[in-house]
Amino acid sequence: MKYSPIADEHGFYGDFGGAFIPEMLRKNVEELKNAFLYYSSEPEFIAEFKALLADYVGRPTPLYYSKNLSEKLQAGIYLKREDLNHTGAHKVNNTIGQILLAKRMGKKRIIAETGAGQHGVATATVCALMGLECIVYMGAIDIERQKPNVGRMKMLGAEVRAAESGSKTLKDATNEAIRDWLANVDDTFYIIGSVVGPDPYPEMVAYFQSVISDEIKKQLLEKTGKENPDMVVACVGGGSNAAGAFYHFIDSDVQLIAAEAAGRGVDSGQSAATSVLGTIGVIHGSQTLLMQTKDGQIVEPYSISAGLDYPGIGPMHAHLIHSKRVQSIAITDNEALSAGLSFSRLEGIIPALETSHAIAALERLDIQGKTVVLNLSGRGDKDLSTYLKHL
Amino acid sequence: MNLREKITLTKDKKLSIYFPAGYPKKDSALELIPRLEKSGIDFIELGMPFSDPMADGPTVQEASTIALNNGMNIEVLFEQVKQVRETSDLPIVLMGYFNPVLQFGIEKFAEFCKSTKIDGVLIPDLPIEVYIQKYKSIFEAAEVPLVFMVTPDVSAERLKLIDQQNSPFIYLVAKSNITGSNTLFGTEDIESNLKSFSERPIETPVVVGFGISDAASFQDATKHFSGGIIGSAFIKSLASESADTFIESLR
Repeated sequence: MKYSPIADEHGFYGDFGGAFIPEMLRKNVEELKNAFLYYSSEPEFIAEFKALLADYVGRPTPLYYSKNLSEKLQAGIYLKREDLNHTGAHKVNNTIGQILLAKRMGKKRIIAETGAGQHGVATATVCALMGLECIVYMGAIDIERQKPNVGRMKMLGAEVRAAESGSKTLKDATNEAIRDWLANVDDTFYIIGSVVGPDPYPEMVAYFQSVISDEIKKQLLEKTGKENPDMVVACVGGGSNAAGAFYHFIDSDVQLIAAEAAGRGVDSGQSAATSVLGTIGVIHGSQTLLMQTKDGQIVEPYSISAGLDYPGIGPMHAHLIHSKRVQSIAITDNEALSAGLSFSRLEGIIPALETSHAIAALERLDIQGKTVVLNLSGRGDKDLSTYLKHL
Repeated sequence: MNLREKITLTKDKKLSIYFPAGYPKKDSALELIPRLEKSGIDFIELGMPFSDPMADGPTVQEASTIALNNGMNIEVLFEQVKQVRETSDLPIVLMGYFNPVLQFGIEKFAEFCKSTKIDGVLIPDLPIEVYIQKYKSIFEAAEVPLVFMVTPDVSAERLKLIDQQNSPFIYLVAKSNITGSNTLFGTEDIESNLKSFSERPIETPVVVGFGISDAASFQDATKHFSGGIIGSAFIKSLASESADTFIESLR
């Protein structure tokens, strides 16, 4: 899995991407980019990455033919079981990759941002594994609504710091992590959890997550005799699981569907449907589609799912949606909840609320008779209290 | 005389004050700028508030939030600058994150800067490469110079590029950090970094910012350079209504 870039040499996907960062971070970001470019084609690095994914994370994850759902929707639906990864979601694919880079760069201190806490847990996990100090920034509101993951991070030895500024959610946790990095440029490695942030993060995170579509191709070939399905469906907040699931299908005619969080409805004023509500702007070091006021102030997003309420979207997705390569579908809180509940009883799998947005999208798509891969990005244990309220 | 000439005309250390427009009251700049001129401040850095200021500490963040809640935006800011210009000649550099400027419209922004005689624009998250490639021609046509930040370890090549931009000054961040943090000016590490930076071959005057909070740190920070910028410490003094005493204490 040698890295071959999707963005141009400055990290742009068409008009989207780049590195809009203060000068103080320039050296760090350049250093990171050089390290990533070097190690992503170094056999020893790739071998260690793959070995950890196999033996520690439990990859390859199964590609499961979902018989009951297929019958219900009259399609051939395969579930890519990222929920069966160690720590319960796709996030760990990326944190394994980045921690190996951090080690090689001699960094001693790891910081991360987290929304639902899945990336925070995945980062705390790899820091424990590698014996590195770990500080996770998390919005004060998210700390309240995602208590089990806060507990897991603490148990793994990470320090969880509350972001008390702004809306006190993922966007603000990201601001705090960037501020920490600015103040600790020499010894600190910032593990970003999604395909957002300045170049090289979107390229790097997408590459580490590309193992998902790499496996899908091989597994589908084995099961159906064809490498490509008709359609791949994934949920998108920042977009890391979708980036991984789409990666090796971008240059093909496979239909790619991104399920976004419409919250209480796209026009309700309480939404996170960035591809519909967003306009081009700059957030967290990257030019992308962004929910903002006419004055360019960032709008607070809303979704029932803490992993999808981000006001931007990864620049690669912004480009793919803008150029109509990827179709986005906005799914409301209620659609996601009811899809998650019925899917649990249909398949015996409790999906993360984020993933439930992708499951709900299936009902809105014309999939009859098609082969569809749904990226089951994470398990729903963390969302039980929310689901149970709607049972 | 442009700002660069004013900075280099005399040897005394130039003192600049940063505060976000719209703080503490929507119209505060109208009153503050003439007051700062009277108290001998050399130029103003007027902040264009942003909801997500990633290089700023709590003081500037809070002040920006209050300013936005007061209804501040770039349009209002230019109206205020226009009004201030009727009574004050104090040079004004606008400072703010890229997104609000981008949404306002780069060409419109440059035109407004020209018509209100803005002396410089500093956009910390607009990299010089993107500026040169996409926006330089627009700012040059409006005769509005940009100011760029550097850290002491900036490469020779990059420093040369920045030095060629006809900026009023180069904004030196002595140690990477967020605004309002303690830079420990005067300690051996920082002092030796600053001294060796002062020996690098550049034409543009250098003004130091981030972490200057009082007379002592101002003196240490500006020892080898043309001046210094104080932001968070001044904003704090505004909250306690002792701004004049604070300014007096700096000289």
